[in-house]
Amino acid sequence: MTSPLQRKLKISGPTAITANRLADGVVVWLTSGGAWSMAIAEAAIATTGEEVQRLLTLAHGDENTAVGAYAARVEVTAEGRAAPANLRERIRVNGPTIAPAA
Amino acid sequence: MYVYDAFDRTFLQERVAEFRDQVARRLSGELNEEEFKPLRLMNGVYLQLHAYMLRVCIPYGTLNATQLRALARVARRYDRDYGHFTTRQNIQFNWIKLAELPDAMADLAEVGIHGIQTSGNCIRNTTTDAFAGAARDEIEDPRLYAEIIRQWSTLHPEFTYLPRKFKIAISAARHDRAATRVHDVGLRLHRRDGETGFEVMVGGGLGRTPYIGKTIRDFLPKEDLLSYLEAIVRTYNLGGRRDNIYKARIKIQVHELGAEAFAEKVEAEWRQIKDGALKLDQAALDTIADRFLTPDFEALPDDPAELATALANPAFARWHANSVVPHKVGGHAIVTLSLKPVGGPPGDCTADQMDTIADLAERYGYGEVRVAHEQNLVLPHVRQKDLPAVWRALDAIGVATPNVGLVTDIISCPGLDYCSLANTRSIPIAQKLTQRFADDARIADIGRLHVNISGCINACGHHHIGHIGILGVEKKDEEFFQISLGGKGNSKARLGELIGPAIPESEIVDAVERLVDTYLELRASPAETFIAAVERLGIEPFKERAYAPR
Repeated sequence: MTSPLQRKLKISGPTAITANRLADGVVVWLTSGGAWSMAIAEAAIATTGEEVQRLLTLAHGDENTAVGAYAARVEVTAEGRAAPANLRERIRVNGPTIAPAA
Repeated sequence: MYVYDAFDRTFLQERVAEFRDQVARRLSGELNEEEFKPLRLMNGVYLQLHAYMLRVCIPYGTLNATQLRALARVARRYDRDYGHFTTRQNIQFNWIKLAELPDAMADLAEVGIHGIQTSGNCIRNTTTDAFAGAARDEIEDPRLYAEIIRQWSTLHPEFTYLPRKFKIAISAARHDRAATRVHDVGLRLHRRDGETGFEVMVGGGLGRTPYIGKTIRDFLPKEDLLSYLEAIVRTYNLGGRRDNIYKARIKIQVHELGAEAFAEKVEAEWRQIKDGALKLDQAALDTIADRFLTPDFEALPDDPAELATALANPAFARWHANSVVPHKVGGHAIVTLSLKPVGGPPGDCTADQMDTIADLAERYGYGEVRVAHEQNLVLPHVRQKDLPAVWRALDAIGVATPNVGLVTDIISCPGLDYCSLANTRSIPIAQKLTQRFADDARIADIGRLHVNISGCINACGHHHIGHIGILGVEKKDEEFFQISLGGKGNSKARLGELIGPAIPESEIVDAVERLVDTYLELRASPAETFIAAVERLGIEPFKERAYAPR
């Protein structure tokens, strides 16, 4: 059976690696330096399958900091920064779209 | 209330200590995620979109005031001042840090509650009628049997790794308020020839492949409850599919084998064990019954003067007509607390609300609180003369919206605002619907109407059994919603029928309103409910109007 890391990744555009921080579940993004940041704008942006694969391997090797890492499609801002590309990632970045019970 | 003994308390403390050690080892890196994940799930800890989520089991939906205050304390100390009551009578905390989870669990263990078996492929919390022990149409208090099932199923060594999760619901009243026909096993206590026993239904469930449960035994003597359940779960454990997670629930096994063939397997297994250690003799039943503290109800007259006076107030009268039902003991009433305020997330309750409700339960309700599967709370034993004071206190904290059972009493899953499985949001749709139907007089005129919303095909919002069911689907990163009509979860349970293509998020509230307007126009009389009208007319006239103005 092929492990998820060995499968060939299909990349449809700019991609970043995201996960949840082990200690509290907070959404984090992998930076080009291999650290985790809470700011998506600091995420490393990959555009090839090989690069995404390399970053994912890096992420999965750091599961004592962040867990459940996966590749998420992102948009690139005029400043060249990553931004969420779909509703799920917008909610992960910005929090629930609703106010909790008051 | 069932009173736990020293064995239960010691077990919970040991379990918290074990989990504390597991968390410490995970945080230090001694355990990796693959090793830790099944351990946290066995304690009800999920990792959701933004944070860890702790699901706390509320056995058969029954809480005492002390336990409710403990939930409030957890919400305040470790979460964001609120919790979310679920369709399986549990509560979820959405924002707990991993390192603080053992402390939260220790606080809960002090009052006898925990998250064990609220996740994983095991037998989950047995749910029942939120009016149990209070309802006039009840044969017996079903919680006695739910407690027996709890004791049997907790850490059952044979059933810790089933093909998939396993949910049991039990009802003992003429009206099924526990949705027994859409559970893996549904039990209906009824009377035959002077004796009480169970109708046993298997293979019900919602999710991506919904089925109504099939009756495999009309009448099971009470003494055989556990041995028969053991035979069912063993048959499932041995024959249920493990090759495909989407086909692993018992409902698929029952469907593929046929109910009759499945029943034959169960009966064959049962014949071998029915007279063994699981037989429930009267002494065993009495031992457990003795640990239930039953309120010492005062003998009081119905319709006291205090109530008659208060009914002159139209706001109180509207709430009373909507949220209060008769109790089996004269002079008492069952009060449902709506956790569906206009514009609020269905099922959410703040720590302050929980504390006040606990106070009210102690002052006016013999210290008991229930969680209803419709995501509301219940004070099951309130003196009728106290209803005006209870109403004022509930209204002051926003849980007296007179919409119980009406169009805005919406069941909704957490959806994409919290859940890592969801495709679309569901709470915002519920909020918009409650705002659209905010007028109390209007919703009272519309009458009984259940709207259920799920943010994905897993159907945690029970959309299949909503009179109006709404299912979120994602298309090219846009939220769309399918509508089904005619579902119901009572004793005549039925799955709703899809009316057509999915509707964009921006149009779903208008579409629901058109369905309601169609009902108002076509109903035979105000006495004909929405579901009765759909059953009489079929979905066609509704379908035409839902999609009309294009």
